[in-house]
Order: sequence, then structure tokens, then C-alpha cells
Amino acid sequence: MTESQMDIPLEPSPKIPQLSADEIESPPLTLATLTWRRFRRHKMAIFGVISLVLIVLYAYGGSFFVSEKYANHNDTKIILQYPSAKHPFGTDTIGRDILARTIYGGQISVLIGLTAAILEVVIGVLFGALSGYFGGLIDALLMRFTEAILTIPTIFLLLVMAKYFGGKIPNITFLGRTYSGSVVVIIVIIGLTSWPYLARIVRAEFLSLKENEFVLAARATGTPTWQIIFRHILPNSIAPIVVAATLGVANAITLEAYISFLGLGVRAPTATWGNLLQGAYSYIDKGAYWLWLFPGLLIVLIVLSINFLGDGLRDALDPRSRTV
Amino acid sequence: MTRYIIRRLLQAIPLLFLISLVLFVLMQNVSDPLATLSGRTPTRKEDRERLTRQLGLDKPIIVQYLYWLIGNDWTKIDMNGDGVAETPGIRKGVLRGDFGTSMWNRGVPVTKVIAQRLPNTLLLMVVAELLIIIGSFIVGIYSALRQYSLVDNILTATSFIGYSMPIFFTALAAIYIFAVYFKRWGLPSLPTVGMFDPQEGKTTSQVLVHMILPVFSMAFISLASYSRYIRGTMLEAMSQDYVRTAKSKGLPRRQIIFVHALKNACLPIVTVIGLEIPFLLGGAVVTERIFAWPGMGRLFLDHLERGDTPVVMGILMMIAVAVVVFQLITDIAYAWLDPRIRYK
Amino acid sequence: MPTILEVTNLKTRFNTPEGIIYAVNGISYHLKEGETLAMVGESGCGKSVSMMSILGLIPIPPGKIVSGSAVYWGKDLLQMSERELTLVRGKEIAMIFQDPMTSLNPVLTVKRQITESLQVHTGMKPQQAVERAGQLLEMVGIPDARRRLTAYPHQFSGGMRQRVMIAMALACNPSVLIADEPTTALDVTIQAQIVELVIRMRQQMSMAMIWITHDLGVVAGLAERVMVMYAGFIVEKASVDDLYEDPRHPYTLALLSALPRADRRREHRLKSIPGAPPNLLTEPKGCPFAPRCELAFERCRIENPALDMVAAGHEIACWVDVRTGESR
Repeated sequence: MTESQMDIPLEPSPKIPQLSADEIESPPLTLATLTWRRFRRHKMAIFGVISLVLIVLYAYGGSFFVSEKYANHNDTKIILQYPSAKHPFGTDTIGRDILARTIYGGQISVLIGLTAAILEVVIGVLFGALSGYFGGLIDALLMRFTEAILTIPTIFLLLVMAKYFGGKIPNITFLGRTYSGSVVVIIVIIGLTSWPYLARIVRAEFLSLKENEFVLAARATGTPTWQIIFRHILPNSIAPIVVAATLGVANAITLEAYISFLGLGVRAPTATWGNLLQGAYSYIDKGAYWLWLFPGLLIVLIVLSINFLGDGLRDALDPRSRTV
Repeated sequence: MTRYIIRRLLQAIPLLFLISLVLFVLMQNVSDPLATLSGRTPTRKEDRERLTRQLGLDKPIIVQYLYWLIGNDWTKIDMNGDGVAETPGIRKGVLRGDFGTSMWNRGVPVTKVIAQRLPNTLLLMVVAELLIIIGSFIVGIYSALRQYSLVDNILTATSFIGYSMPIFFTALAAIYIFAVYFKRWGLPSLPTVGMFDPQEGKTTSQVLVHMILPVFSMAFISLASYSRYIRGTMLEAMSQDYVRTAKSKGLPRRQIIFVHALKNACLPIVTVIGLEIPFLLGGAVVTERIFAWPGMGRLFLDHLERGDTPVVMGILMMIAVAVVVFQLITDIAYAWLDPRIRYK
Repeated sequence: MPTILEVTNLKTRFNTPEGIIYAVNGISYHLKEGETLAMVGESGCGKSVSMMSILGLIPIPPGKIVSGSAVYWGKDLLQMSERELTLVRGKEIAMIFQDPMTSLNPVLTVKRQITESLQVHTGMKPQQAVERAGQLLEMVGIPDARRRLTAYPHQFSGGMRQRVMIAMALACNPSVLIADEPTTALDVTIQAQIVELVIRMRQQMSMAMIWITHDLGVVAGLAERVMVMYAGFIVEKASVDDLYEDPRHPYTLALLSALPRADRRREHRLKSIPGAPPNLLTEPKGCPFAPRCELAFERCRIENPALDMVAAGHEIACWVDVRTGESR
């Protein structure tokens, strides 16, 4: 190649067409649009949302059709009846209509799930953020504590705590309905045993995010620490928190069901899907499947829906994949 | 490597102390141990007081914890209530292997109580775990190789439903189908209660048959979630560059899947499974209650309900130690299996 | 020298949720025994995809070889069954890839990764295979070769890993080596070493080679003939000398003038090619380079030029004569 050839000026030809933005690049998409589009593609997540809404409607809307008095009304003449037109889910061991009890039980189960998850998120985020941001002694202490809780399998811990607090809190009357004090107990102990999981996630996020430049910038401009944590870093780590919180609801509902099933959870007079199952296994031989099938199915259904939802959220919120 | 192990063990010790302290405090308020002791509340005041002093229940919690930990044979307790301690204690403390005696099974050492039931639970757990590992590998690999096929979709849906089920649901459904319905249809039904039929005695075949339903209930859920996990790691491994290289070398498909891909896909699973094993004990609690299986889970529930602190603490500490040990084993196993860690 | 590989009108597409990606749009070329052919083009122009299509390394659910043939010693590779292809891969046609860290299996020893091809293709006994593996490592310049056999890929440096890849590829004495940007991930000094190694091996084993790269600088000392690709089409084919001395396609010209050169005066600004790479999601219409070509006119946008001979062994796909700026 000679230099002269390299220097041939190529006159810009006036015939070159102007390219529109579309032809060059795809239009810029905001995070919200990307998230929504990905979520929508996830058919299972949509299914999860729909069935979740339906179940919640069933539990809370159902109380417009069935009174609580009816749910608690027991008639020993009709114990252990097969599902029929009058009692679509059958009757239980003391003659109460199971359908009605699943409606009111559902309210409590969902309530427990949500509240325990909220408690778990609040504590977990707080501890995780402090641990991750400050490091040092605070981190060491909190992490030891976290590990301690995580080392004991949750059920054992819950059972011990349920026994410890059991019967100590009186019944509460709220909005005209009476709730067993054990509801509060369950919410608190589930929250107290579930936060470590979330705290670890949040801590990891904070550890990596706090090295970013926007944190440095915030510090340099004199932003107070709590603002840095809550207004700057936290919003950036929202994705795993949302996913963990969603799955936390399912987890809480499941745990409540386990504990109540074992008799140490929510006590009478309050019904939950879990304690409806209590002792159902003693009647298996008599073929009384409706005692456990309907509440059990409801639990499976709601946990399944939340799992789908959580899965979809996880895919949708993963900032790493830019493909729509 | 040895330094790493030692460091981890050293870290574990304060952890275990912390756990034991927290649990001990919780257990104090659980119920009235005196009621447990003799089945009914002892009527005579002197008896109550004597028992209280004997069990050390009159001392502050921190002292009780201390006695639990290191025994009281180095000090004297006041047995006759005159305010002067004169009888030497007989407990050696947990650190010397003495977990005390059960309050419910009077006088029986905790270790003996647990040892009677432990093998039964271990039997269930080990068999269940084996089933889970083998099953989830088969299902997971198959699913990954037939991605998006009808079978894969069915398996995926089943897995999702499976791991959304609480154990009692699986167990009850299993009982219902395999015991009640089978009986109705004249098929041989599976037993649902206990470890063996008292009339037949504790033979191997009896135990095996009685094990089927509990093991199945425990394994089903974990199988569902692990098979999905394995499917995920296999798919990821199969999409890696080194699989493309293996293909370009003309290696047979089997070799590519089971050597090149699988060896890589296995690694994270070792961690997950290893850490889960001690938690299988939790599932055992519910399963043993439903199937009346004489294992540790049931032991725990029974003694917890009666406020038998020594036994409950014994079980809990054993589990905590098991978890810590398994975590360590898993870490070591992973480090050993992954050549990137093993060789610098 | 006989032609050992003849590729005719190869078209490969990918079915993605966003649409069809037209990756390779009808390329044809031939490779003679023992010769080295370079394939040049920017990222995404289809050069890697075309090579992997020939060996059946494209994942077939999203990918699809729509048409074309790749005849190797009389048999069309694209029509072969998977079983037949495994006899060709590694043994007749071998491939090395761009990133040696991800292309080598991290949990298998280097020994294993070399001996497995030997055992599969030549039926060697394990002992022999290990011996041969040691020889190969020595040949590619790994110091202390026999001891390093039991090492894992992560224990080697980047350049060494690439040598291991080369040893692996050459193990069964293939007739053709396809090198997909093997030096792109390495720094310049190592690059030179690898190129030198490959030249040496080529001579020793009298192999034909297809060398894919986006770096025109590497091509010069290595290849005999060059093909320039753009947007899934071949736009120019020439001998190395002809390409550098007498480039005839506007894209080739632009590529060459974008090369920083040591012998140019420093006041010259580096020329870059205006516009952006084509969107492969649209079915190609007209000349793919037209939107960015300074010499384009009406016909270029409507009709895609076919490869046409302009001199002995020199073909271009263009409606314009770059020397005059007028249509041909």
C-alpha cells in the first residue's frame, strides 16, 4: 500500500440517506418499561398474580356472604359430614361448616403472612443495612447474632418460642372481632426468626454498593448518614428485597400452618388454615378427606401463586439482563 | 486448609455458646417443670421445695445456665432448706458430656433418652436424602436435556406445585391415596402408623414397609425443588464455552453431558444439599407426628410440651452442633471438589 | 493443490423472540489443501457463526441453517448426521476459540482434555495418549510439559492457555484448523508469540487454516488469501497482497484507512467509518454497506451486488469502482 492511495479523499456523496434513530439503535427503554415487559412475558407470574388476587378476594370478600358467627357455630348433630350442597366443604369434628371457616381462616393466614413479612423486612433491612454500611464491630456482632438464629432449624426455634410466649397474650378485640392473642405471638416469632435471611442479602448489597461513587459523592456533599443509607443506597438494592419479601409472605404462611398444625400456633377461637388441619390426621381412617383437603389446597394454592409471582419478579427485576 | 478448619471451628464455639444461652433462657419460661416431674403437682409443700432446690430452680437463671454448662459437682447445694449448702451436686455439665436427666422420664439421662430415638430418625433422614439426591439428579438432568419439551414442562409444573406444598399436606395426601384408597380398592395398603406392626415385631421388612410413606412425604418436596435447581445448573453448564469446545473436538454426546457439563453443574449442588441435611430434622418433626414414628422429632415435641428442659436443650444443642459441623464439612467438600479452589 | 473445503451459499438465521436474526446471508468460498484463509470483519458480521455452522456447533432450536452446502473432501457437512459429524470434528477439522479461560473446562485436567480426543478419535491406549499429550504440550512451547499435564486450566496464564487449546486442537492431526479470533483476548506480545507458534505448527503438520479476526494487522503475515465480511455477506475476496495494495471494496478501504499506521504523518486524523453496524433483525435489502458508504448511489440501496471478479483471484461485491467513484 502506498501512502498516496491511503490519502485518496473520499468525497462525501450527497446521496447518502439520513438514517433515522430507529434504524441505528432501538429506542431507549426505562427500567420500569423493561421490568413490565419482562414480567408480562412470564406467563406463570401473571397466573400467580391472578390466582393470588382470587384467593384474597375469597378470604376477605367471602366475609360479606358468610358471617363469623356462622363460621363459629357448631352443631353436634352434623359433625363430620361429607361435602354437600349445604356445606360445600363438609363439616368438621364439632359440626362447623368448613367453607365458612376457610374464609375466616384465610383472613388470618393472609394477615399473618403479610404482617410477619413486613416485620421481617423492617428488621432485616435495618440490621442488614447497618451491618453492611458500618462494618467493623457492629457488623461482627450482628452477624454472629444472625448466624446464631440461622443455625437452629426454624421449626425448632419457632416451637420453643411459641411455647415460651404461648398463653401469655390475651385475646384482642379489634374492629368488633375477637382475635386470639396467639395471632400476635405467631406474627412476632415468625418475624423474629425470618429476618436473618433478608439481613444477609441486604448486607451483601450494601457491602458492594457502598463502594460506588455516588456514595462518595453524597458523603462529600455532607449528606447525613441515615440519608445516605435510606435515600441513596437502599433504593438501589430494592430488587432482591422485593423478591425476598414476596417469598417471605409465602414462607410465613407456611410456617404458621406448620406450627398451628402441631398445636402450638394460633389457638381457638381464631381459625387459620393451619389449625383447621390440626388433628385431621386422626380422622384419616374414617375417610374424612375434606377436613384437610380444602384448607390444605388453599395453602398450596396461595404459596404456589406467591412462588410464581416471586419467580417472575426475580426475572423481571434482575438488572443484569437487558434483553426484553 | 487445616488452618481454615481450625479457624472455622474456633468461630463456631462462641456461636454455640450464644445459641445455648438464648435457648436456655427461652426454655425457662416454657412451663412448670415441677408439674411435669411427677405427673401432677406435688401436694406437699416440703416436697415442692425440696425438688425446687434439688433441680436448682431457686437459683437465678444465669447460675442455672452455669450449672447446666459445667455442672454443680464442684459446689454444694442446699438440700434441706436450712440456708446452708451442704450436699455436693452430682451434675457434671454439658461440657463434660452430662446433659442432665430427663424431668419427664425421671432419672433417665438425657443422652440415653435421645439415643433411643435418634437412630429411628436417622434412618428416615438418610434414606430420604439418598432418594432426594438420586431422584433430583435424574429428573433434573433429564429436564435439562429435554428443555421445553412436553415432559420438561410437566415436570416443571409438578416441581413448582411440589415445593409449594407443606409437608403435612404431602403426608396426608399420601396417606389418603396409598392407605385409605388402596384399601378401598382392595390393593395392598401401606401402613401409616409407627415403625412396625406390634403383632409382627420389629423385623426389617416391617420397618421398611412402614418407612415408605414417611420417607416419600419428606422426600417429595425436596426432590421437587432440587430437581429444578439441578436443571438450572445443568442448563447453565451446557451453555458454557467449554461445552462448545468439547463438541468441536468430536466427543460423543454422552461424554459431553456427563463428564464436561455434569461435573461443573454438580459443584453448587454439593453446597446446597450439604447445608440442607441437618434441616431435614425439622421436616421430621411434622412427619413423625403424623406417622407416629418414634423418632427425635416426636421426642422433641413430646418433651417440649411437658417442659422437660434438659431433654429439649439436649436435642437442640445436638442439632446446632450438627448444623455447624455440616456447614464445615460442606465447605471443605466444596473446596476439595472445585480445582479452582483446591489448587490455589 | 486440491480444494478440500467448498462452501456454497451458506445462510444461517436465528429465531429469537425479538425477530429473526439474519446472521449469515449466502456466503461462498473455497479452501485449498494447506493454504491459510483469513476471514476479516467487525464484530457481529457473521464470521464466527458461519464457521460454527459448518461444524454444526450452532444451537439448533434458535439457530437454523437455511440453505447452503459445505463440501469437505466430497461430503457435505451440512447434510451429515450428528454421528457422522463427530467423526469429522476434532479429527479432520479442529477449532480453537477466542477466550481460552472459558473455552477450557475448569474442572478437568489439561491431560484429560487432550487425551480424551486422542482416545475417542485414534483409539490410543491411555498410556500412549498421555505420552502423546505430553509431546503436544512440549510442541506448543509449554515449559516443563510433562509435569504441567496434571494441572488445571486456571493454573496457566492466558497465553499458555491458548497454547494448550492449540495443543488440544492439533492432537489428532486435523487437516483444517479453524481459529476464531484466538489472539483477540491476549496482549500484543503474547499475540505475536501465538501467531508464530501457529505458523510453525501449520508448517509441521501441513494443515490448511481459516483464521477469523477483526484485526487486519494480524492477517498480513499469516494468510495467503483474505475474505472480508460485512453483515453476513462476503464483500471482497483477494490474495493478501492484492487486498492491502489494491483494495476494491469501499468497506475494505474504510477498514484499512482506519488502521493506525506508524508510517503516516501524525496530523492525519484516524478515520472511522460513519454510521453504525447494520441491524441484523431486518431481512437484507440492497447492499448492506450502502447506509455507511460514501460512494453509494441509488442502485446500491435497491440491489445487492453479487461477487464479481475484477482481477485474477480478486472478487468484490460492489456496484462502484472505488478508483474512479463511478458505477461499474
